[in-house]
Amino acid sequence: MKPAIELEVKNLDFFYNGNVHALKGISLPIQKYAVTALIGPSGCGKTTLLRCFNRMHDLYPNHRYGGEIIFEGRNILADKVDLINLRSRIGMVFQKPTPFPMSIAENIAYGLRLKGIRSKSELVDRIERALKHAALWDEVRDKLNASAYELSGGQQQRLVIARALAVEPDILLFDEPTSALDPISTAKIEELVVTLKKYVTIIIVTHNMQQAARVSDMTGFMYMGELIEYDTTEKIFTAPEKKQTDDYITGRFG
Amino acid sequence: MRSLLPILTKKNPLDLLFSAITALASMTVIVFIIGILWVLATRSWPALQKFGIFDFVTSLSWDPVKENFGAATSIFGTVVTTVLSLVLAIPLAIGIAIFITEIAPNFLKGPVGIAIELLAAIPSIIYGMWGLFTLAPLMSKYVEPALQSTLGKVPVIEVLFRGTPLGIDILTASVILSIMIIPFTASIARDSFNLTPAVVKESAYALGATQWEVVKDVVVPYSKLGVFGGIVLSLGRALGETMAVAFVLGNNHKIATSLFDAASTITVTLANEFTEADKDIYLSSLFGLALVLFAMSFATLAISKVILMRAEKKYPR
Repeated sequence: MKPAIELEVKNLDFFYNGNVHALKGISLPIQKYAVTALIGPSGCGKTTLLRCFNRMHDLYPNHRYGGEIIFEGRNILADKVDLINLRSRIGMVFQKPTPFPMSIAENIAYGLRLKGIRSKSELVDRIERALKHAALWDEVRDKLNASAYELSGGQQQRLVIARALAVEPDILLFDEPTSALDPISTAKIEELVVTLKKYVTIIIVTHNMQQAARVSDMTGFMYMGELIEYDTTEKIFTAPEKKQTDDYITGRFG
Repeated sequence: MRSLLPILTKKNPLDLLFSAITALASMTVIVFIIGILWVLATRSWPALQKFGIFDFVTSLSWDPVKENFGAATSIFGTVVTTVLSLVLAIPLAIGIAIFITEIAPNFLKGPVGIAIELLAAIPSIIYGMWGLFTLAPLMSKYVEPALQSTLGKVPVIEVLFRGTPLGIDILTASVILSIMIIPFTASIARDSFNLTPAVVKESAYALGATQWEVVKDVVVPYSKLGVFGGIVLSLGRALGETMAVAFVLGNNHKIATSLFDAASTITVTLANEFTEADKDIYLSSLFGLALVLFAMSFATLAISKVILMRAEKKYPR
């Protein structure tokens, strides 16, 4: 049985600063309810690709997309796409924890309020559910009204994940989510990523190959703005087709 | 004296000399503050002794002929023009800062930013002249009659709009003052808005926030410390500003109830009356006013520092 496809990237090109060609003809299907890892050396375009999925590039001037990304039968790169709606369907977690200057509970309520949820009981309900999904509930249940800055870095990152989960996105994008964390916090986040794929489709950018091997089902290897190889994680890490992929995962460059 | 020990235990004589020079330079600041305070206190002492400190501050009389002096009318003028100018300036300044940091396209950011800084570079006497020759006639001919025929008809608040709109009054002075302090507030607010990490803004956008929501919920809360600092700085500046207001406030020692009344601030009184102070008690009373202004500025700064320190604890950077 063929797995369901969440996103279909078709011949994607991306230019920034006028005409720096950062992504070159990328095509790949992203499987639903699976973890897809994007790996490659610094500057290969993996984060640039990730930021195409929620049109983050649109916050800055002088960029241009080519090709298509199909989500629910529509090209999300089209001009008339409602970015506010798109971003509430495709969430994102960044390298560094990014709590807002508010309380723990308010951080999560924030996204819900943006979606128009006003009912107090529903907010309370969904804050608790999101914190449980992000495996943070037991650590913060007694201090929901404390400032989010009082949490440790790892806890802040799980709070940010809870915040992204609370709005019930279809896809969650992770941009090197553990690069600023200690090993124990990293292990917790990785564990979380694996459990979360029951609810959401996950795309994770990482420069840590072991991490990609541990958490992902599919892996794409990128180099110089191109997708060199895309296959099951097992295949990429045990028997890659391309020599470049083999060189990278065995540590011969990058 | 313990903190001075590292300076004295330095072995190298050049180092010792260098440390001593920098320490001396820092000490001069403290010497100046104490010196100024000393002069204000001793020169104002005869007046404070004659009228009593409490009575001097609360008395409404400022009568050079009967030699009866009180600071209340000048304090009133200072507080009213300062508060009113902040009320006018803050929304504009924050709007400017938001526009420059978040909304303006790149090619506009530079020019608008430079214009703001130029506005801050204009000497205050020029604001005063412009106020007298341009703003005051405009106010008395158009703005004030318009206010009188609209807000002046609303019960209760109509008190504020009574009298003949001459243009030399509290309102005009406050407008001038607000134009003067806008650049300070705006440029400090802009700098603090720019300190909001891009990635925190991006995460709000990534949740589906609009530009307005990102500014309102992330940028402003994140930088409120800095914005508050800018407001306090403007407050200090407005409290002490002399030349811009001296031209357009009149010099009228009474508690005004209407925005169209002339009034006097501490600084304006000082600037206008030192040359006329022919009697010792008159001169001493002016020094008393200066001491009051010193205390007000000092208190403003102290209170703001305390608030900033508390806020810093709540949201560390």
